[in-house]
Amino acid sequence: MGHRTPLYQAHVDAGAKIVDFGGWDMPLHYGSQLDEHHQVRRDCGMFDVSHMCVLDLHGAGVRPFLRRLLANDVSKLTATGRALYSCMLNEQGTVLDDLIVYYMDDEWFRMVVNAGTRDKDIAWIRRHAAAADVEVVVRDDFVMIAVQGPNARSRVAPLLPEADRPAAAALGPFRARACGDLFVATTGYTGEDGFEVMVPADRGKEFWNDLVAQGCAPCGLGARDTLRLEAGMNLYGSDMDESTTPLESSLGWTIAWDPADRAFIGRPALEKQRAAGARRKLVGLLLQDRGVLRGHMRVVTSAGDGETTSGGFSPTLGKSIALARVPVGAGDELEVEVRGKLLKATVVKPPFARNGKPLV
Amino acid sequence: MSNIPSDLKYAKSHEWTRTEDDGTVTIGISDHAQAALGDLVFIEAPEVGRTLEAGEACAVVESVKAASDVYAPVGGEVVATNAVLADAPETVNSDPYGDGWLFRVRPAGGGAADGLLDAAAYEKLLADEG
Repeated sequence: MGHRTPLYQAHVDAGAKIVDFGGWDMPLHYGSQLDEHHQVRRDCGMFDVSHMCVLDLHGAGVRPFLRRLLANDVSKLTATGRALYSCMLNEQGTVLDDLIVYYMDDEWFRMVVNAGTRDKDIAWIRRHAAAADVEVVVRDDFVMIAVQGPNARSRVAPLLPEADRPAAAALGPFRARACGDLFVATTGYTGEDGFEVMVPADRGKEFWNDLVAQGCAPCGLGARDTLRLEAGMNLYGSDMDESTTPLESSLGWTIAWDPADRAFIGRPALEKQRAAGARRKLVGLLLQDRGVLRGHMRVVTSAGDGETTSGGFSPTLGKSIALARVPVGAGDELEVEVRGKLLKATVVKPPFARNGKPLV
Repeated sequence: MSNIPSDLKYAKSHEWTRTEDDGTVTIGISDHAQAALGDLVFIEAPEVGRTLEAGEACAVVESVKAASDVYAPVGGEVVATNAVLADAPETVNSDPYGDGWLFRVRPAGGGAADGLLDAAAYEKLLADEG
């Protein structure tokens, strides 16, 4: 038996097919992964993401600490509730994890890191925090629910304190707000509008059931994966890990190079790679022939072989898509070895789909 | 609980067969198999005219999750494939024993369906697999 979130029984009762995900017993789907995918693109679906790890970092030195810990620069966060996506790198400049960090106040930031990297991340952060006079608090007292889709905000609104509803409805992207004892953020992993809501764990199941009553359809990790792939969002452990840098993972935009004297962990190695030019790049692929791309398939290009890192069937496009790491000189027409056959694929710029619409 | 029609024969690898009046054998995957695979998104059937050995991997069913081989429950020549599945692979999910059939073979040597399980034996197999 793996770890279970406080909503585990609710998933089982709703008929979920449970699978192991990084040591957690999580719902894969509740009947049809395709229906759940479309539900999010067209209306509203919700995901139990309580397996993800919430960390609160406290201390007078927390901002300079995070400016060293993260490749993106938390100096961009100047107002309460602003959020930032960043990679956390090791000294080699490769990716330990990707995460979202929220600015709460000058001595308090909140981070959400991946479930599969939880122990590694906590150990790494604590190791570096010790000298910085920063306290790291693991917030296992939350249930986190991602409510996603064009109608997500209106479904969540009635469950928020009345006084907070207008402000929550007006929240711009990558912002968060405390609403009573709820923490409501406009982050997500689907390419749709919506909220990620942190709820005190003892109220988690009640809140989940209230969302069901509001018409939010429970969706599993299967749909979450096809939604994020269509949205062109990397999955840690598949599309990047400790063997790849952000520059090789189409995450160059998340590296804050300026100011040049900000000495974040991994910077010297990354600067060396930037100067020399990365040899590999992560690209989006659209399969032209019939078939389904999956991860770890050989990609044949004019500049040498590469490999798919994530792949699947895109329900929005009705075609198969993938992310692939290929030599930097690879052209836009290439082939993927699918079950012994070379199938034609075209390089396209992700996202493949977002806000309900195909983009390629 | 899986639907296991009593008039069909089953392979341990979860294909079903039905011997038609003209002696050909229609082949599909069982309700249990389609449920385990999840939503199907792509099906590659063997080409008409191809000769299959019994037990040969001859078709692929791909779901949102993964690709799975389909093994020929009987040997013989492929005489038809289900054209509906090119655009509507989900038919296998919704009607695995009817409109979701995969292909049809004319058995070699007339010996159809030897060594296949009847419904009761297949049900027991599923129970044993847990």
